[in-house]
Amino acid sequence: MMKYGWSKLAILVAAALAALSGAALAAVPAMPHYRFENFTTANGLPDNHVYAVLVDGDRIWAGTNNGLGLYENHHWKTFTTKDGLAHRAVLSLAVDKRTGDVWAGTMGGLSRISGGRIDTFTQLNSGLSNDVVYGVSIEGENVWVATAAGGSRLNLRTGQWDLYNERDTPMVEIWVYGVSATPTKVYYAVWGSGVLEYDQKTKLWDRYEDPDGETELVLFKDQGLIHEITSSVSYVDNVLWVSTYFGDSRYDGRYWHNFLTKDSGLPSNFTNVVKGVDANHAWFCTDKGLAYYDGKNWAVYRPSLTTGKPEMMVRDAQGHVTEVPVTTAPAHNYINNIDFQGGDIWVATSKGLSHGILQH
Amino acid sequence: MSRATQGRMRFWLVTGLAMLAAAACVAAFWSGSTANAVVTGRTGEHLIYPAPLEMVFAPGGNRLFVLCNESDEVRVLDAQSWAEVKRIAVGHEPRGLSLSPDGKQLFVTNSWDDTLTVIDAGTLDVTATWHVGAEPSSVLEDRAGKHLFVANRISNDVAVLNAQTGEEEKRLSAGRGASYMTESPDGSRIYVTHVYPNASPHRTAPESEITVIDAERATVVDRIPLHSIAGVFHAALSADGRLGAVAELHPKNLVPLAHLEHGGAFEDTLTLFGADVGNRTVEVPLDELERYAARPFGVAISPDKSRMYVTSGGSELLTVIDVPRLLRYVRLHRAPFVQDLAASANYVVARIAVGRDPRGMVFTPDGSRLLVANRLSDSISVVDTRTNQVVSTVAIAGPRKVSVLHYGEQAFYTARYSFQGQIGCANCHIDSTFDGLEWDLEPDGFGRDIVDNRLIEDLKGTNPFKWNGGNPDLPTECGPRTEKYFWRSENYDDLTLTDLITYMRSLPSRPNRWKLPGYELTAAQARGKAIFERSVDKFHQPIPLQNRCSYCHSGPKGTDQKSFDVGTKKPTDDMSKFDTPQLRNVALTAPYLHDGSAATLEEIWTIYNPEDKHGRTNDLTKDELNDLIEYLRTR
Repeated sequence: MMKYGWSKLAILVAAALAALSGAALAAVPAMPHYRFENFTTANGLPDNHVYAVLVDGDRIWAGTNNGLGLYENHHWKTFTTKDGLAHRAVLSLAVDKRTGDVWAGTMGGLSRISGGRIDTFTQLNSGLSNDVVYGVSIEGENVWVATAAGGSRLNLRTGQWDLYNERDTPMVEIWVYGVSATPTKVYYAVWGSGVLEYDQKTKLWDRYEDPDGETELVLFKDQGLIHEITSSVSYVDNVLWVSTYFGDSRYDGRYWHNFLTKDSGLPSNFTNVVKGVDANHAWFCTDKGLAYYDGKNWAVYRPSLTTGKPEMMVRDAQGHVTEVPVTTAPAHNYINNIDFQGGDIWVATSKGLSHGILQH
Repeated sequence: MSRATQGRMRFWLVTGLAMLAAAACVAAFWSGSTANAVVTGRTGEHLIYPAPLEMVFAPGGNRLFVLCNESDEVRVLDAQSWAEVKRIAVGHEPRGLSLSPDGKQLFVTNSWDDTLTVIDAGTLDVTATWHVGAEPSSVLEDRAGKHLFVANRISNDVAVLNAQTGEEEKRLSAGRGASYMTESPDGSRIYVTHVYPNASPHRTAPESEITVIDAERATVVDRIPLHSIAGVFHAALSADGRLGAVAELHPKNLVPLAHLEHGGAFEDTLTLFGADVGNRTVEVPLDELERYAARPFGVAISPDKSRMYVTSGGSELLTVIDVPRLLRYVRLHRAPFVQDLAASANYVVARIAVGRDPRGMVFTPDGSRLLVANRLSDSISVVDTRTNQVVSTVAIAGPRKVSVLHYGEQAFYTARYSFQGQIGCANCHIDSTFDGLEWDLEPDGFGRDIVDNRLIEDLKGTNPFKWNGGNPDLPTECGPRTEKYFWRSENYDDLTLTDLITYMRSLPSRPNRWKLPGYELTAAQARGKAIFERSVDKFHQPIPLQNRCSYCHSGPKGTDQKSFDVGTKKPTDDMSKFDTPQLRNVALTAPYLHDGSAATLEEIWTIYNPEDKHGRTNDLTKDELNDLIEYLRTR
């Protein structure tokens, strides 16, 4: 009996384990796998503290704490204030796809890099509202800028600057962290003031706030913006993605959906940047790793917060979390920015720039 | 032979000669091959002259298209007889023309209309007129026939148009005063040159550039820096693409104009670039001691790269350079060459007198002749490229009288009145505008009393002149003062000075591109106007009369013609009161203030008005200052 009993138990356990294992294996969604190659000052990056990254065809621009790096033909070139850059700390980057000009928001103004020449716009020599430029976005002939003292728009054809602040928009705070401009809508992420929407057709402003007010409690999930302390916006395929320091939001024009660590695959609610790939796919740059959301499932890429070893965690729609063996990870878990190069990703971290080369 | 027979023979000989002469005159007149229109005297009438500026041959070389800058036309000449075939009316102040690569279309940029005229090169009919950017100055179509590139002088960019529809797709940021374009022999690159320098820190050498555009991608891929250069005109590339050259001005604006024997105010130079000079830039002088090539404009390289030709508008000559000798010289000698006025003797092989204000050039299809457009002689010099001789001069038919204005314009553009023929008015007032530079004019010590160059359009009612208001009228400004400080000679006779001043007084204000059609104001401009005209500040305190913008900058031109201390005196200035400049087209004329220390309009108030002496502005928010500037741009 004992023998039979143990055998039966062993079979049952084995069967259960097999079933669980099979179920687990079957449940792991196919999320993208990358091999990360990391750049630091040791291999030419101007500085390890990378605020922004921009893919411009075969060229990679890195906005660092100590200059603007350009990676081209396997070599880094650094632009500094000696070259005319507005400030050594480059916080944001955008490329004008029509002209190829690159715009760099810095701690000391806005710079345009065009054919190797750098032109700088500051609050003293131009209509720019403030020299601390957190965000920049190009839309047609307009350069939209997020600054520490409101938003600005430069019309490249007329040279006219328009400023957006508490005097002419529903902006309560004027500390503007991010901007996403398209021909139809322009969104500003205003730190402490939610999201501002500018309708290009009607030229009217609207504001999206946290229905809970400034409280960090989430009383009304999915009924509005997750928090007032917004850090970035990304408007793509008529869907607005918003990152805050207390979770993230997706808004399709009718419904809001919020993401928190407790009910999503976000590794942290503290999100520096969200960048939408399309209406259903987005990347989240958090202080605890890089997260990818495919509309149902999540993947997190980072060095382990405990061991520092490369780590990839996949969370399926049911909330099952699986660790996927990997051998490489982004240079650091504190992620500041991301951009896409075909299937590859480039990731700006606080300890280097990472090139995620798509494996499968 | 009888006396009667001799008499009859003499009669018939004289009659025959007379008839031959008459026939020759008639033929010459109709074929346009005489040296110039018949001058019957000076007139005060306002006459319109052709003013040939640029030329291009039709495919096959049977026709020559001549762009006439003043008569607003393209003249079509038969390339054998030079007889006029047709006059094609285009827009106002046309400045650039080019043929499409397939030779079927002729494009003309009309600089004051902001339009592009498209002409069927076969039928010679205008087929389209397209709106382009601000002061379009040259145009090129890419080899694929996909895009038209238009250099806009005022908006400092190159517009990219759909070549089929004329619709503007985008604008590429060029240098300041984008004006002339040349493509590489394979058509892959477009080189853009600029008549004004880019912005550079105050009291530093000017910086210009050649903007390099990838024609297929229609993006800027490079900017070739031209250090110490302000005023760059035509560019040329050799047929093998290995040698490029631009004609340019090298100003000496950082030192007092006291030293004349090596070119007092300017060097007239070329910058070479390309593989033949090691893919670097090499600046070489055109001047020789006592033989200046003032205000180089056009440059052309012969198809076999043996010769390079440069027109000099001020010196009214064509310089011929032996290219192999030039390249040998720059390879064997250590740069810089620009200060060495003995250098050009090593490569300049001829200096050929042509007409007044020679500008564009074109080779005949067989390369045996070079045509030079003499803008202010209304003629074309035909130069034998083998002998370096002018073999004929083709008159472009125009008024038979010479007006006072025409004489005045000739006096403005020539360098013949200055010491050794070094400079003319147009050196600093490029195309009768300005040069974007600040100058250390007077020999009162290095770096003292620096003055910004001002626009000279619409001058009536803006006297006195000079930043210290020291010259009460134009005869003083242009006569004794100019002769003393600039020409270092006393060459003007009364008649010439009168002509010159008449011309200068005739210069109109160019169209203001910030004004809306109908002259209504945008919301920002209207808010700015209210600030300009306000008498109470934002704290409800009355603004003293002299601290109101509209007090000093009063009247239609924005000047009350008086001098004020607006707190802008620098330690290097001898005085604190400065003439109130007019505001017409003020947006174009950076830098600002009497010494050009303010790089932008914004800096006048964000940096140089700490005590509110230059208008009450420190109560304004950044938004309001932007509004004020938007209004000023409409003046």
